[in-house]
Amino acid sequence: MGRKKVLLAILLTTLLGAGTALAADPTGAETIKADPGQAVDFVWVLVCGFLVMFMQAGFACVEAGFCRSKNTTNLFTKNLLDFVAGSLAFWVLGFAILMGKDWHGLIGTSGFFLAGDSYDVSTYLSFFWQMVFCATAATIVSGAVAERIKFSAYLLYSVAISAVIYPIYAHWVWGGGWLSKLPYGLGHLDFAGSGVVHAVGGLVGLAGAIVLGPRYGKFDKNGKPRAIPGHNIALAALGVFILWFGWYGFNPGSTFSAHHLRISVIAVNTTLAASAASITALLIILLKTGKWDLGMALNGVLAGLVAITAPCAWVESWAAVVIGIIAGIILVIGVYLLEALKIDDPVGAVPVHGFNGLWGLISVGIFADGTYGNYSITPPFVKGLLYGGGAGQLIAQIIGAAVLFVWAFGCGLILFKLLDILIGIRVSPREEIQGLDILEHGTPAYPEFYTMRR
Amino acid sequence: MKEIRAIIRPEKLEDVLAALEAAGHPGLTVSQVEGHGRQAGLTEQFRGREYKVDLLPKLELRIVCKDEEVERLMKTIAEAARTGEIGDGKIFVYDVLDAMRIRSGERGDVAV
Ligand SMILES: Nc1ncnc2c1ncn2[C@@H]1O[C@H](COP(=O)(O)OP(=O)(O)OP(=O)(O)O)[C@@H](O)[C@H]1O
Ligand SMILES: [Mg+2]
Repeated sequence: MGRKKVLLAILLTTLLGAGTALAADPTGAETIKADPGQAVDFVWVLVCGFLVMFMQAGFACVEAGFCRSKNTTNLFTKNLLDFVAGSLAFWVLGFAILMGKDWHGLIGTSGFFLAGDSYDVSTYLSFFWQMVFCATAATIVSGAVAERIKFSAYLLYSVAISAVIYPIYAHWVWGGGWLSKLPYGLGHLDFAGSGVVHAVGGLVGLAGAIVLGPRYGKFDKNGKPRAIPGHNIALAALGVFILWFGWYGFNPGSTFSAHHLRISVIAVNTTLAASAASITALLIILLKTGKWDLGMALNGVLAGLVAITAPCAWVESWAAVVIGIIAGIILVIGVYLLEALKIDDPVGAVPVHGFNGLWGLISVGIFADGTYGNYSITPPFVKGLLYGGGAGQLIAQIIGAAVLFVWAFGCGLILFKLLDILIGIRVSPREEIQGLDILEHGTPAYPEFYTMRR
Repeated sequence: MKEIRAIIRPEKLEDVLAALEAAGHPGLTVSQVEGHGRQAGLTEQFRGREYKVDLLPKLELRIVCKDEEVERLMKTIAEAARTGEIGDGKIFVYDVLDAMRIRSGERGDVAV
């Protein structure tokens, strides 16, 4: 909603400043004449968007590192193609559904193919920003369904989430839809997308992991979970560093304006939550096994980043640390809970993005301290339970989280079930054991690991 | 002729090779193997879950030598490979029927 308002404002000033009836400004000349300050905002949003795009590399490295070498080509192909196919699907349908003219608070209806009036520098800016966010949600699922999903099924899933599942929910929150207009607090709020991006990805991933069933060997004959160690912890760690860095675009960039100096607060909160969650996860495992577990510390970083994504603009530093500590606890409980339920999530995508995404939404209603508005530096400001804001905002957050769960998990179940009936989504046991790289792609990631016959 | 097969810790290879060189023996074959002795592996962990590694990486040295050299070489290898901790490895000795140096066609003791 806030973004939409900003866009409208940009469009309006363009119109007034130019004094013409033209709705679109493809050259950008009118836009900058109307407000020269736009230049720095454009640069800010684009550079942050580039950082968000680079998170694709982070996800690819984390997933490949946490999985076995025989599926490396497959995981990188998935991470490339969900962006490639998803960005095109978002151009065809997704953007119009997310940001187009609102229809009854449910769905946007204009701007397909960025055609017509959408040929406008401000609209293209908005498209780029929303597109890289959509692609982030899409790529999260890859980890939860790793090492056993057919590539063809994954490709179709990517198109479905980018064209429909993600944009509809995002419209409800960011496109002026009904969740943003809830009569509690300032309506449902999700600053940079703990819910819209991460929980949607994580919960669609949960559905995928359930429909697929666990990897061969994940549970022994008595149903006891077994570790399937990843093949390259260094690659996974590099991926987490890349994601963390990318998050400095994801969160601060979500002001959609370089004129909100709140960006420094956002950057600090983002850091503190990640660190607090990481050390919490590390210490819990230390208590359990007596060892310093890098894998869980890496997941912890991501859990903290996901949780702080919704509240990062509305809270102060101590709250970021508390949100992070709770995120670390949720992560570890989530990992063990899924295993107890016989659900196999090879990289921990569901606890990291799904459960902590929901936690991030709820934390806004608790910790928002009344210093920043709805993508605005002027009141009304967002206030949570602990700062005298009453329960209103918290209620709006809980409603949004519940709706998100039903929407994302429900759509995920339907989509993966449907794909399973239509084309079958799981590779054959032989292929799973041999690895997807050779049979799905014909390209082993590390050919020199094999004895070569000449 | 006998064949000595020594299973040693990978990190002890350099010490053993140096000791064998000092003992004056030129020919040997090294392969990477996996195995376990009486204690059967150790525990590792991944993302909070522990798992048992049953087979540990070891190196196997094969040395074919004259009967009278066996005792001395076994001692040389054992001395260099020992740490005193569990998992130091084993040495096995086998009879060898024949040998040939491919270049010259020499057979038996002179070929080793
Ligand atoms: N009986 C055996 N037969 C074949 N290989 C063996 C045997 N015992 C040990 N090995 C090989 O030697 C390696 C090292 O064995 P190890 O030194 O642990 O033996 P151990 O009997 O357990 O002695 P220790 O109590 O000193 O550990 C094993 O990993 C395995 O490769
Ligand atoms: Mg032993």
